[in-house]
Amino acid sequence: MTSGVPRLNALQLDALSELVNLGVSRAAASLHEMIGHQVVLSVPNVGLVSHKQAVSMVENRDVRQFIAVRESFEGPIAGRALLIFPNANGIELVRALTGGHLTLDEIIEFEQEALAETGNIILNGCLATIANMLWCSLRTSIPEVLHGSGETLFNAGITEGTDDLVLLLYITFAVHERDITGYIALLMDTSSVISLVKLLNQFIERSAGAGELQPHA
Amino acid sequence: MSLRILVVDDSRLARMSVAKALTASHPDWERLEAANADEAIGIVKGNPVDIALVDFNMPGRDGLELAAELRELAPRMPVAVVSANHQDEVLRRARNVGATFLVKPLTQKAIDDFLTEAVARLEAQN
Repeated sequence: MTSGVPRLNALQLDALSELVNLGVSRAAASLHEMIGHQVVLSVPNVGLVSHKQAVSMVENRDVRQFIAVRESFEGPIAGRALLIFPNANGIELVRALTGGHLTLDEIIEFEQEALAETGNIILNGCLATIANMLWCSLRTSIPEVLHGSGETLFNAGITEGTDDLVLLLYITFAVHERDITGYIALLMDTSSVISLVKLLNQFIERSAGAGELQPHA
Repeated sequence: MSLRILVVDDSRLARMSVAKALTASHPDWERLEAANADEAIGIVKGNPVDIALVDFNMPGRDGLELAAELRELAPRMPVAVVSANHQDEVLRRARNVGATFLVKPLTQKAIDDFLTEAVARLEAQN
């Protein structure tokens, strides 16, 4: 299954983690501005995994139903970006965003729209940072709100016969003083990995000099 | 100077956020809202608008296309394109259509700075 899929060496993985970290940090700052509470990020997890592994990284014994905002991106690299929350966190997030001015009925009515806009800001901010650092241009789609299991979220929009492996960039975040935790995931089909490796090498060369580039591990 | 400002965004949350900032700094201004490019063009054709704040990522025509159309309809109207998508390419396209780029989430200061500059431009034209 992995034949023909280029592997990323340690330095390329490190550079990718750094890019994702920059993108997500900016996204976290945006979320902080929107809700006024500190947002704590985990260290990014980056790797080539199967869809099944990707699902198991999000799902756990307690949480199996999620709400997510998804945007597709296209350009030299293509894939999907997801902002994922446990289902129960949706209302709490809207409550935090609107500063407690709305009734529960209004929050429920508003939830879908507010999540789409929040996801749009966070995912676009993250993707734009990554595109700028890689000196490339990415077109992003309109945000789409999805409900379901981890499998539903990660497999939605995948055409049959697509390679089962994905490049998963995964980071968790938690909002202080609010019961909100979530994940940001970027999934890229393996066809994008070749382009990504080239862009990462150029990024490393710009950042650290050509001498740092190593053959694939 | 009381002005008419057009806020175009498909998200109600985003329009609410701009409304809050505008109420804080310019409570006497008239605010018009549109959820997409067609609605915005309809409003501008029917009413004179002084300033426009336009979201980039909208269904149908995006904010940069709309900004270009607005600049053609009203070449002296200051227009800001608002987006979290701060890619260099998007910023360059905004500059090319003569629009100011503002990063989402919008802060009170960013809106105030844009409006101060927009008012100065409008006053200089009169």
